[in-house]
Amino acid sequence: MTGPAPSTVACRGLTKRFGGSGGVLAVDGLDLDVPAGSVFGLLGPNGAGKTTTLRLLVGLARPTAGVVTVDGAPVAPDGARGRVGIGVLDQDPRYYGWMAGHELVELAGRLQGLAAAQARARAIETLGLVGLAEAAKRRIGGYSGGMRQRLGIAQALVARPRLLILDEPVSSLDPEGRRDLLELIADLRASATVIFATHLLADVERICDRVAIIASGRLVTEGPLEALLARYALPLYRIEPEAGQAAAVGRLATTLRSVPWVDGVIEVPAGLVVSVTDEAAASSGLLPLVVQADLRLTAFERVRPSLEDVFLRLVGRGEAAA
Amino acid sequence: MSAGRILVGKELLESWRTLRLPVVGGLFLLVGLSSPLLARFLPEIIEAAAGDQLPVLPIPAPVAADAVGQLWKNLAQFGAFAAIVLAMGAVATERDRGTAAFILSKGVGRDAFIAAKLVALGAVLAICVALAVAVGWLYTAILFVPLPVAGWLALAILAWLDLAAWAAITFLGSTVTGSTAAASGLGFGALIVLSIAAAIPNVGAFMPGGLAAPAIGLAAGTPVDVGDVMKPVIATLVLIVVAVGAAAWSFRRQEL
Repeated sequence: MTGPAPSTVACRGLTKRFGGSGGVLAVDGLDLDVPAGSVFGLLGPNGAGKTTTLRLLVGLARPTAGVVTVDGAPVAPDGARGRVGIGVLDQDPRYYGWMAGHELVELAGRLQGLAAAQARARAIETLGLVGLAEAAKRRIGGYSGGMRQRLGIAQALVARPRLLILDEPVSSLDPEGRRDLLELIADLRASATVIFATHLLADVERICDRVAIIASGRLVTEGPLEALLARYALPLYRIEPEAGQAAAVGRLATTLRSVPWVDGVIEVPAGLVVSVTDEAAASSGLLPLVVQADLRLTAFERVRPSLEDVFLRLVGRGEAAA
Repeated sequence: MSAGRILVGKELLESWRTLRLPVVGGLFLLVGLSSPLLARFLPEIIEAAAGDQLPVLPIPAPVAADAVGQLWKNLAQFGAFAAIVLAMGAVATERDRGTAAFILSKGVGRDAFIAAKLVALGAVLAICVALAVAVGWLYTAILFVPLPVAGWLALAILAWLDLAAWAAITFLGSTVTGSTAAASGLGFGALIVLSIAAAIPNVGAFMPGGLAAPAIGLAAGTPVDVGDVMKPVIATLVLIVVAVGAAAWSFRRQEL
């Protein structure tokens, strides 16, 4: 799918407080830059302010302070013209139950300036892309949650937007549907800028070029995915003992927690996951400690840290600071 | 085609598909049908029901003007109820469902969103009133005498204006409160208060209720003073413009 040149999005000091000066601070001085043509993951725990941030980006909510610009033009709450060329999918998409799926997608296309015949053709094409071709003529009132989410993606894509803002776009889909739609979103990076809010780390790792982690309405960190992993992810070791050695595993965990270069020890059903601050010391010192504990092992390996490790570390730290 | 026109089309299609227009239109048709019938046969109905118990009081023979009066009364009561029901969810339901956010995220201005809803609501009321008045005229012609079409056209316009006032007040409630219950409360509250106020001498002429006498007079073919028409028309138009303007002003400031 090709379209107009992708957009850049920027927020400066974006703040949203609900309920007056003593109310809830949902977004707190957020500074973000989303480069054109990127798939940008907005990651945060539930209640972090992701949805409010997206509503501010679209102009459906009014910021308490700060500014959002799309291609350099400020987004205003009734900036109707500015929103043309922006595809939006809500977190819990609800549409007109009396409409057929293709009618809704056509309506979305026509409201964004497509002629009737063009909107009809694009609706059929886009519904096919999201796997809803057979259900296109059915009433939306009879759609399942997953079908509504696919329909939401179709209506967001129909006018070939230069900016796509997706709030939890695949949360209701089965694994196959999730994979297909994530691939579809990833393929858009050549023609659109995609902002993708989610709390599902695997989805972000799969398709995003850049990630911003927010917690309690504040930006915790932002950057290319690989750079965040390199910067924040501590080396990890997985120790998997043979069954029936619970006491010895517990003793090893206690010992490791007192070692200066060990950052943390997590007891998991399969054994232990150890994060370390000094990789050189760990590579020479960890295995002897395991041997001293007299454990019979099925596996001992250094594992690649994941975004989940970064997320838990940073969000945990942010919450502690708050 | 502008977004406003597309949205008006969507609103009218919604009225049809959700059966609001067919059901309310059918009920208005019944109102138009039953009013002249009721006016024509009411004396016989009373006689048949009361029998020998009826005191010896002369019941005047019904005339065409009675059919017009009956039609206006039914339109003003049932029609106001229908106008409030049609308008109470106009904005509140869309906000509640999240469909307003869907439409507005497509580059549609908030004023266009409100205007499309009002145009469609006005069109539905106009269709319903036209059905009632057309059938009412036909049955009055059959049961009594044909009355001037121009006068009935004026009756239809004034009836539409009356119902549009209740719809506009309810629409304001729907927009400001975001609740269908609160909107209907505001609509019915205004209907009761302004109907009572219409009974006050010198005040009634400046209420939507003041449209009754000139509308009935025009349809019955009796002379009506232009001032008697213009006072309630202008007052009702002002009421509608204020309610619609306040609704648009409020919606522009809302978070969705």
